[in-house]
Amino acid sequence: MNIHEYQAKQLFELFGVMTAKGSVVTTAEEAKSITSGFLSKEFVVKAQIHAGGRGQGTFKNGFRGGVHVVKTADEASKIAEAMLQNTLVTHQTGPQGKLVGKVLIAESVDISQEYYLAIVLDRTSAAPLVIASREGGMDIERVAQESPEKIWKEPVHPLIGLQPYQSRNIAHHLGFRGKQFLAASTLILNLYRLFDQSECMMVEVNPLVLTKSGEVFALDAKLSFDENALFRHESIEAMRDTSEEDPREVAASAFHLNYIALEGDIACLVNGAGLAMATMDIIKHHGGEPANFLDVGGGATEEQVTEAFKILTQDPKVKAILVNIFGGIMHCDIIAQGIINAFKTTKISLPMIVRLEGTKVEEGKKLLQESQLPLQTASDLKDAAQKVVAAAHASLPHSCSLIS
Amino acid sequence: MSVLVDKNTRLLVQGITGKAGAFHARSCEEYGTNVVAGVTPGRGGEYFDHKIPIFDTVLEARKITGCNATMIFVPAPSAADAIVEAATAGLELIVCITEGIPVHDMMRVKGIFAESFQNPPILIGPNCPGIITPNQCKIGIMPGYIHKPGPVGVVSRSGTLTYEAVWQLTARGIGQSTCIGIGGDPIHGMTQMDALSLLNKDPKTEAIIMIGEIGGSEEEEAALWAKQYCDKPIVAFIAGVTAPEGRRMGHAGAIIQGSQGTAALKQEALRAAGIAVAPSSADIAETLITLLEKQ
Repeated sequence: MNIHEYQAKQLFELFGVMTAKGSVVTTAEEAKSITSGFLSKEFVVKAQIHAGGRGQGTFKNGFRGGVHVVKTADEASKIAEAMLQNTLVTHQTGPQGKLVGKVLIAESVDISQEYYLAIVLDRTSAAPLVIASREGGMDIERVAQESPEKIWKEPVHPLIGLQPYQSRNIAHHLGFRGKQFLAASTLILNLYRLFDQSECMMVEVNPLVLTKSGEVFALDAKLSFDENALFRHESIEAMRDTSEEDPREVAASAFHLNYIALEGDIACLVNGAGLAMATMDIIKHHGGEPANFLDVGGGATEEQVTEAFKILTQDPKVKAILVNIFGGIMHCDIIAQGIINAFKTTKISLPMIVRLEGTKVEEGKKLLQESQLPLQTASDLKDAAQKVVAAAHASLPHSCSLIS
Repeated sequence: MSVLVDKNTRLLVQGITGKAGAFHARSCEEYGTNVVAGVTPGRGGEYFDHKIPIFDTVLEARKITGCNATMIFVPAPSAADAIVEAATAGLELIVCITEGIPVHDMMRVKGIFAESFQNPPILIGPNCPGIITPNQCKIGIMPGYIHKPGPVGVVSRSGTLTYEAVWQLTARGIGQSTCIGIGGDPIHGMTQMDALSLLNKDPKTEAIIMIGEIGGSEEEEAALWAKQYCDKPIVAFIAGVTAPEGRRMGHAGAIIQGSQGTAALKQEALRAAGIAVAPSSADIAETLITLLEKQ
């Protein structure tokens, strides 16, 4: 799960991670009154959407730039007015853009030096790892490749966490001295507390900055949380902004289905994440393009399967559907019943290829045969992939098949 | 011989009275697994299906029944605790089926294993289908009937994709020595390399199928190990060639981060180690047959 910049700022304040002063607003009037209370000479006004590339983005009303530096409260208010309730298009949003509902106004900071600081849960060592570099504001993967000696890696003990001496080692490596050394060490320790207590997968501060007035700030950050741990972090779960997500993915998650929208025209419904990925791959292998990843899980109900078909058939790009089930926990007769119900309730007019194998496969096949639905069955995975690619290539555009 | 589980395995089921726990405890027993005990806190003294004793704690179950392996179906919020309980009670093999365990919990489990045990128990999973030695012992949720005893060892990060590979083998008359699902979480117990090493040592295993997917670097590490130490032919398959960057593909551990963990990188590492890579999931068994014919 991702959160907005202003929400990351709120978490930073909660855990004592020093950052530039700022507030989030939803109206131009609020923008004016908030800015009047700030002390700096310049302010940054930033549109709050999850996508990157905001600075270079353009609003659909013609206003340019999702990030502006202003000098007065009036200016801040005008910029906020232009951004709020308008749609910002950046290279990451796609042409449909994102509606801006909130704007962050922060004190502008004079940067003297930029650094990189991240805490990740390292898979290989099964422990947190702090990564720090003097090369701030840059792509860390490139720094790691070109000059690995510039990167400091501090392994953290999984049971006792980051120790104060370790935060001092990191601050020292970054080159901080005196008061700033102490400030940076404290910031790193507090950032670790945030990582630990909020159960993050990753906290990336890029850049961490030393300001001209000598303060150490976490200026911009990317936080990602472990969705499996959100049940014990209500306040973080409340930060989820579903308007930032693909509506089909939101609808799927409401029914505990794992759905990810892709660009192709062959929809697939599969049980199990590995088999779902392999099904996408085999569609591509035989010359087709998968429209989605969909794992209905190990114990899907009839209702979930019906909902899954609704989501798949809502995608106007889709020309054919491949159902690939290898029953373990999942019983093939449940999938078959779900397919039959989906045909009844969603009026599926697309070609569908069904491949069932595993637990209760005979019962499932029998149900499908008796239903006399217009679907093709496949004997194995290769057969299924070839049939669905042929069906997608042969089919008319979706709008025509709906009319028929 | 076989890997880790056989006719002599005495199985405990943690979470035996839950819906999934009960269903799969029965299915394992029907397959022939020796299910000797269950644990559900608060239900100690009762019997599961009128015959399998239920205990409040794993320690008590172990003392009374001599169970040496456990299958965990405890819900995700308490599953890490159940793993550590089983480990401290002295069980040698822990198979955790539970999906959705917080990753910080698993990090602490591994930390405790490393700190508190001279010889930590073997942990398979979590978020895995389990382990099976055909016709001897099934610990997990895989459909038993697709398996058949034979010479091929299988290790995989995915459940249903393993069934797919096993079914392709069985349909062609090729049996399996032991099949291990190591699970799809980013932090888990047995690794691909650990499994290869066990299968390499097993005299009943003549060839190995390794199924991986995007995310992490276990396949790359296993490839390096195999190049140097494995003397059995290996066929690999990697799922997720078409997966987009930065998305978790169902499994918490199946994610491409930056340029790391892509299917292409893994396939390259496997080929460089002399491992045959199946071009699609439908060709896993055929790739193995072709490889064995060449040798």
